[in-house]
Amino acid sequence: LVDEVPMLYAVLCYNSEDSVFSWSKQEEEAVMGRLIAAQEKMAKAGRLGPVARLMPTTAATTLRKDSEPAVVIDGPFAETKEQLLGFYVVDCENLEEALDFAKELGKANPGGAFEIRPLLQFRPGSLKS
Amino acid sequence: VNDIAWIDAALTSARPRAVSALLRYFRDLDSAEEAFQNACLKALDAWPRNGPPRDPAAWLIMVGRNVGIDAARRQAKSKPLPDDDQLSDLDDAETAVAERLDDSHYRDDILRLLFICCHPELPATQQIALALRVVSGLTVPQIARAFLTSESAMEQRITRAKARIAKADVPFETPGAPERSERLGAVAGMVYLVFNEGYSATGGELPLRAPLCEEAIRLARLLLRLFPSEPEIMGLLALMLLQHARAAARFDADGSIILLDDQDRAKWDQEMIAEGLALIDKAMRHRRPGAYLVQAAIAALHARAARPEDTDWPQIDLLYATLERLTPSPVVTLNRAVAVSKARGPEAALAMIEPLAKDLSGYFYFFGVKGAMLQKLGRAAEARVAFDRAIALANNAAEAAHIRLQLDRLQQENPPAAKKV
Repeated sequence: LVDEVPMLYAVLCYNSEDSVFSWSKQEEEAVMGRLIAAQEKMAKAGRLGPVARLMPTTAATTLRKDSEPAVVIDGPFAETKEQLLGFYVVDCENLEEALDFAKELGKANPGGAFEIRPLLQFRPGSLKS
Repeated sequence: VNDIAWIDAALTSARPRAVSALLRYFRDLDSAEEAFQNACLKALDAWPRNGPPRDPAAWLIMVGRNVGIDAARRQAKSKPLPDDDQLSDLDDAETAVAERLDDSHYRDDILRLLFICCHPELPATQQIALALRVVSGLTVPQIARAFLTSESAMEQRITRAKARIAKADVPFETPGAPERSERLGAVAGMVYLVFNEGYSATGGELPLRAPLCEEAIRLARLLLRLFPSEPEIMGLLALMLLQHARAAARFDADGSIILLDDQDRAKWDQEMIAEGLALIDKAMRHRRPGAYLVQAAIAALHARAARPEDTDWPQIDLLYATLERLTPSPVVTLNRAVAVSKARGPEAALAMIEPLAKDLSGYFYFFGVKGAMLQKLGRAAEARVAFDRAIALANNAAEAAHIRLQLDRLQQENPPAAKKV
């Protein structure tokens, strides 16, 4: 029974934005090409959800809502050595398969870390990309 | 497989924080750089074996500090009278480490390192060269290539700049708010100089000099991460991103400059534009526009126009009026006049630039703009005089060629009277 329940995982990509945003155009294109190839199997099987790449944290704004009125702060929520730079949503049989998917991505783009986090809810939304 | 590339990237991105912390520790630029170099060598040996440290910069600071102290100790043995500062460092090393490597200082450390490079006694070219060498860690050959000069000349330039700084008083105490904001202003100016050094390249030089633009953008991102609520730093980064976004469209195959109106806008980098616009959006919330932010907003209006005729010239005119108030200068007024000519016609623009004639009598662009306004008003003879003057003042062959093109067009539209008869 468990096998038939689709399990969605988010693969959250953490890396040093210093290095990632210092890539040359050629490096960038090479990495992006390899990443797309690494997703191809899942994409063709109809199991790849939204994929997003985020701007650097310098473009981020944080809304602290634990006070009234809420406070707007320039910059990311947390200052960390490695920053959240993007994410994938993917439909996997189990954690093992999600890890395999992440490992493929990791080979295409070494450095940093992926956090694999099962989704509790998922709504595809109404955005037309 | 990518070990070396990854380590290289980690060393580069850790450099500003590590060198600036080591500078605070050793209080001497050469010692700090040498300690960092030695730490890098150790990293190249240790990291492939042990894996990357959690915090590469902290690792490099600790290792660099230890190597530096060893070197100072060896030197101390051969020197009869080491200076007090070094002695006390050695005696009290453990507590000093804890205090001096305190992470909370790192913003001011990096700002100090950048600020040293823009010492007012250094000419602009030396400031830029020094920042690229010390902060960015570009090699002397790399910098020499970007400046289109020989390696030995660049080596000399950097050595001279360092010698001047060694004599100058470097402030090591933690700056107060006014000093900090003053330093930030000076550093922002220097970063924009780095950018312009690359941006002002002519077509043929571009592949060599464009890295300067990228480096300036990297430095501005670093500054903004250190000072995330400074709208002028957001503005500076946005301005550079929006200008650099046009890089691929700015020159034709022969390396001649293509003016904004004639550029293929499909070649503009949409990701850079999007980031620039996002930063302006953030900065505007602070409601205290500075010169960089206003210039970025002007660049944004160009970036937003899908075609040249979609450009919001009245808004650009207003933004230039703000810029005139913030930083009054004849060059700003001249730029405003270009917007005015589009928004309100060449007559209004000409009236605006005529009072500038005295201040800008040796300025290429003044006569280029004046000629173009006169041409539009059908005052061909006067336009010709202005264009001739512009050619005489051109800074390079590309500028002169561009004006000659205008002259040719003028010639076709208004054949000289003698030929007509």
